[in-house]
Amino acid sequence: MAIEISDKTINHEFIEKINQLSGQDIRLCFQCGTCGGACPMSENMQTLPRRIMRMLQFGMAHRIADVETGWECASCHSCTVSCPRGIDVARVMEAVRLLVLRKNINRIEPSRLPDGAVREMPQVALVSGFRKLTS
Amino acid sequence: MKVSYYPGCTLKTKAKHLEDSALASLTALGVQVGELPRWNCCGAVHSLADDDLIHHVAPVRDLVRAMNEGSERLVTLCSMCYNSLARANLLMRHDEIKRKTINDFMNEENDYHGEVEVEHLITFLRDTVGWDNLRAKIKVPLSGMKIAAYYGCTLVRPKDVAIEPPHGRVMNEFVEALGAEAVDFSANTVCCGSYQVLAHPDVVVDVVGRIIASASDGGADALILSCPLCEYNLVKKQGELLQQQKIARKLPVFYFSQLLAMALGLGPESYRPDRNDAASVEFLRSKNFPVGSASVQP
Ligand code: SF4
Ligand code: SF4
Repeated sequence: MAIEISDKTINHEFIEKINQLSGQDIRLCFQCGTCGGACPMSENMQTLPRRIMRMLQFGMAHRIADVETGWECASCHSCTVSCPRGIDVARVMEAVRLLVLRKNINRIEPSRLPDGAVREMPQVALVSGFRKLTS
Repeated sequence: MKVSYYPGCTLKTKAKHLEDSALASLTALGVQVGELPRWNCCGAVHSLADDDLIHHVAPVRDLVRAMNEGSERLVTLCSMCYNSLARANLLMRHDEIKRKTINDFMNEENDYHGEVEVEHLITFLRDTVGWDNLRAKIKVPLSGMKIAAYYGCTLVRPKDVAIEPPHGRVMNEFVEALGAEAVDFSANTVCCGSYQVLAHPDVVVDVVGRIIASASDGGADALILSCPLCEYNLVKKQGELLQQQKIARKLPVFYFSQLLAMALGLGPESYRPDRNDAASVEFLRSKNFPVGSASVQP
């Protein structure tokens, strides 16, 4: 499928927002793929972090909204410590999540988690999960 | 030097065996640490958004309390608490603008500039207690045990709060000080899937499978860690791997402090095997360690 990329399709406001939220400059990414190679979740990801970076550089806000990567990320910072361009990729993933969460959209519904799981999970799992996946 | 101890939420409930074994061991080592009065949850994860300051307030309040107690150091046992407190501390130390905003917001407290040092118990054992001193107090050397020391993420990433430089071996040194053999394995800092256990529990099964395979291939009899979320994922998901016949047996999992208490000659009321899974209890039995009233759970 051909993808049109032109100044008309590039959402500059979106790029600016991601840079502001993450405190990173996503233009620095030179597409080496080291982030995905270091990512423990990448084997189960459809879209690798490198491709997310590319979509962000082209301001593809709608495409980003459709990919799961940010919601599969465990914020482990493996990408962050290995990016040769010094990009804190974990912060970029957080920015991608927050653009959704800040519209008051929950990614998981705490009330719908299985009873047993909530009872047996350590607090630190629930607190961190709710912090990352709910608005 | 005054040292405060920050337990965090999980250590008072699901990870009681982490707290009980660590505190009993410190007493046996003659080290005084006072629990921080009126501590609150550290927030578990450091906020990564540049404009989100409100989530730094919780850990900073804990740091302010430690300072007000006159403590130079705040020692944690939970890796996630360590990470969120240490990162909030660096922010308050180095980011002048955010520091001012947060201090102004918390106007009932003293201003904070990163005065307290946040430390994890494992480096406290190395730097303050000392391996030689620890070795001298070992009553039951864990000889013959092959232990995989699992760091996970939050003790080593990001770099500015890493407890040691890349390829450091503080955890292995700890294992060796107890008289056991440290097993090197390549997945020792690979993430266990963390909070994704809530949203993607099946992916966490895969990730845990890779970590366990790496430790087992290295010849480990058991694995130690210091994070209650890693502990939950590694123990729980091994159960599922076993059911799916992807592993032949579960690798026993302990908090590092449980092995410490055992090696110091303390009893099961200190190392709390009643809070471990059946495979771990069975391992202790096979090594002739009393397991007290540990009831066997699957
Ligand atoms: S490691 Fe850094 S430079 Fe390489 S693809 Fe990932 S974000 Fe881009
Ligand atoms: S922080 Fe997220 S994207 Fe980066 S390596 Fe970890 S799981 Fe992958």
